[in-house]
Amino acid sequence: MIKAWFKSGTPWVWLNAAAVSVCLIMVIGVLGLIVVRGVGHFWPAQVEQFSYQEPGEQAKTIIGEHIDSSITPAAMAKSTGYIMADDEEFLVQYLIKTGNRDITGTDFRWILERNIKQQQSPAELMVVERREWGNFYGRLVAVKENGNIIAEGAQAWPAVQTRIAEALVIFKNIAHLEKKEVGAINYSLEQLRLEQKRLQLKNQWDEEAKQRIAAEKAELEIEYKTYQVQLNDLYRQIRRDSLVATSAGGKEIEIPLAKVVRAFRPNTMTLFDKVWHYGVKVIEFLTDDPREANTEGGIFPAIFGTVMMVIMMSIIVTPFGVIAAVYLREYAQQGFITRLIRIAVNNLAGVPSIVYGVFGLGFFVYILGGNIDQLFFPEAAPAPVYGTPGLLWASITLALLTLPVVIVSTEEGLARIPKSIREGSLALGATKFETLWLTVLPMASPAMMTGLILAVARAAGEVAPLMLVGVVKLAPTLPLDGNYPFLHLDRKFMHLGFHIYDVGFQSPNVEAARPLVYATSLLLVLVIVGLNLSAILIRNHLREKYRALEG
Amino acid sequence: MTAQNVRTHSIDVSSVLREQTNTDAPNETCIKVENLNLFYAEKQALHGVSMEMAKKKVTAYIGPSGCGKSTLLRCINRMNDLVDNVTIEGKVLLDNENIYDKSINVAALRRRVGMVFQKPNPFPKSIFENVTYGLRIQGINDKRILEETVENALRGAALWDEVKDRLNDNALGLSGGQQQRLVIARAIAIEPEVLLLDEPASALDPISTLKIEELINELKEKYTIVIVTHNMQQAARVSDYTAFMFMGELIEMGTTSELFTNPQKKQTEDYITGRYG
Repeated sequence: MIKAWFKSGTPWVWLNAAAVSVCLIMVIGVLGLIVVRGVGHFWPAQVEQFSYQEPGEQAKTIIGEHIDSSITPAAMAKSTGYIMADDEEFLVQYLIKTGNRDITGTDFRWILERNIKQQQSPAELMVVERREWGNFYGRLVAVKENGNIIAEGAQAWPAVQTRIAEALVIFKNIAHLEKKEVGAINYSLEQLRLEQKRLQLKNQWDEEAKQRIAAEKAELEIEYKTYQVQLNDLYRQIRRDSLVATSAGGKEIEIPLAKVVRAFRPNTMTLFDKVWHYGVKVIEFLTDDPREANTEGGIFPAIFGTVMMVIMMSIIVTPFGVIAAVYLREYAQQGFITRLIRIAVNNLAGVPSIVYGVFGLGFFVYILGGNIDQLFFPEAAPAPVYGTPGLLWASITLALLTLPVVIVSTEEGLARIPKSIREGSLALGATKFETLWLTVLPMASPAMMTGLILAVARAAGEVAPLMLVGVVKLAPTLPLDGNYPFLHLDRKFMHLGFHIYDVGFQSPNVEAARPLVYATSLLLVLVIVGLNLSAILIRNHLREKYRALEG
Repeated sequence: MTAQNVRTHSIDVSSVLREQTNTDAPNETCIKVENLNLFYAEKQALHGVSMEMAKKKVTAYIGPSGCGKSTLLRCINRMNDLVDNVTIEGKVLLDNENIYDKSINVAALRRRVGMVFQKPNPFPKSIFENVTYGLRIQGINDKRILEETVENALRGAALWDEVKDRLNDNALGLSGGQQQRLVIARAIAIEPEVLLLDEPASALDPISTLKIEELINELKEKYTIVIVTHNMQQAARVSDYTAFMFMGELIEMGTTSELFTNPQKKQTEDYITGRYG
């Protein structure tokens, strides 16, 4: 009976199905965890007020968001030093985000459920997101202008909202002026300094050049002065207002509105308000620069850096891989040596990525970059231009890493083109090159795209080699901006993968960073899916166009 | 002189040559094969084949599978050069010029000797692009000339009426018979002197086969045609001369009517009466 069952092949089918299910469950599990943990981060949680009394002490007030709970069996709790009553089976602890790092020194604290005497969520509790010191939790007291109270009590809340909106506009102006305008002037000044040095090195530093540079410098200085005046004015405006609030401990503190991103009262928010708040936070996450050691704000530079690096890598790896594959498959004499080369190429794909990083640092950055600096940028010395990790070297290193994938799949694509098509072209008087260029390569383009898709998938997720050849935890400028020559290949950049590592493991504020790790992971997955999808769409389009002869 | 100039020049010459030969005697020799031996690595596939093929006539090669008829055909436009480890001895003269001479430009030769394969092999491009492929390679991009050529070639291949409204459709959307006629149109668009047909109808249904055979009859007005077939009725229907090959050797060659009605060799007789093959 069993024997017949085995013979029928049913167990084999079940085994296969089980393997597929396990894979599916794992994929869904991974994505599900990331989505659940990452997506919830931006939702405005209720702010609770706890009356908390530890045995033998006075009752205290604690205000904060309930983040997590932990339930420990009594025996285990005893062994870690908690005093447990006989009838208690579990020790329940809450993780509360209390914020107010400037007052208490920490953002988070664990409290014991049994010591909570009372728990409320009063409507007037306020959360203030700040540019420094993390969130503030407490009650609004008054709004001040130039140190004088202008609104108190019930009027304070609407007043503070309008004032914050004004301050945000000013803040945007300041950021724009500092980054764009003053940044451009600084860039130009630096270029002038380099030009002066270059002329000096070439012994062309004569009166004429001196005057020209001095004139340009003076012009920039004047421009800078006007911006400086504007900036001073804006700084005075933004520093004018402040809000006064009391913390859970009853301490009154004054927060300048220049440091406030937003203030809200989550306990009074309707569902629509919360959705709105959530959307704003998500957009901020996607489009803003990071702040507070990357644990707050957005990750736009990391998204930009990742996409930019992948695009650069694709631009480098595709022509190289295709040309190498065409030579190997079409021109090289097939024999022992080509077989050896093929084995070597395939094995390159298995080299650990950190090894590529080491190679990139040693060869590209120090040898190539160092020589480029000596030859073309002597004026910048001792500061390196290309002799330091940067976007170009990271892209080239990853291109090298993904080259085997492109070569292998292009070769497979070339091998699949029917002989009859090549003969048809040759019989019309085309040379081998014309046949390749006009017929074979276009028909193999879907295979090249497949190679590129695999390359993108691998490159976008790679972190280890990048840490050696160009990724930093915080890049002051994007590799693409409005200053000539616009694309700055020598700049360092941020990367989502490294950002996850940095926020998750290098951050001083681990609890605050944890949800961001999930959110960033989710985003990294989405970016890779997006890059892949666009490549797949192009491939399918090409496939449709160059449908090979079948049947 | 650049390569492109050489090419345009060479077509002009070939078309001029054709103009001249129109007035020549009808049975002038076009292709002459002299003592041709061909080896695939160690294995000899052709044994000292010598024959002559007349201008503007249809010559058919018949014989059992693997007898070397396709190999011989592919020697005439040097398609065998693409095969690894092939050695060719002897001469193939096209208009008294040895095509295996070192000075011969193979691409230019293939422009003079067009070829149609057993399975239709249109490029995965539009019908228009397929027909103009050979011209574009020669650097001819003038839209008027291209359009004119496409119409003439498609009319020549008896396909014009079927596809004139969808010249920009993908050629792979055509039926097998239409594809094969498109491939013929593609070959005649570059105005070759010789057309080699390697079992052009073997992958087609009877009606398409009939159309191809009618086409061959029309095409021989302008081109020297060499056709490989293992369908003896087809050879009898379309060809003026027939060559019977067996085991890499040319057994017998003569006018079609003579070879089929009065074979000189026993092997030929056995084959055409169906005793083997």
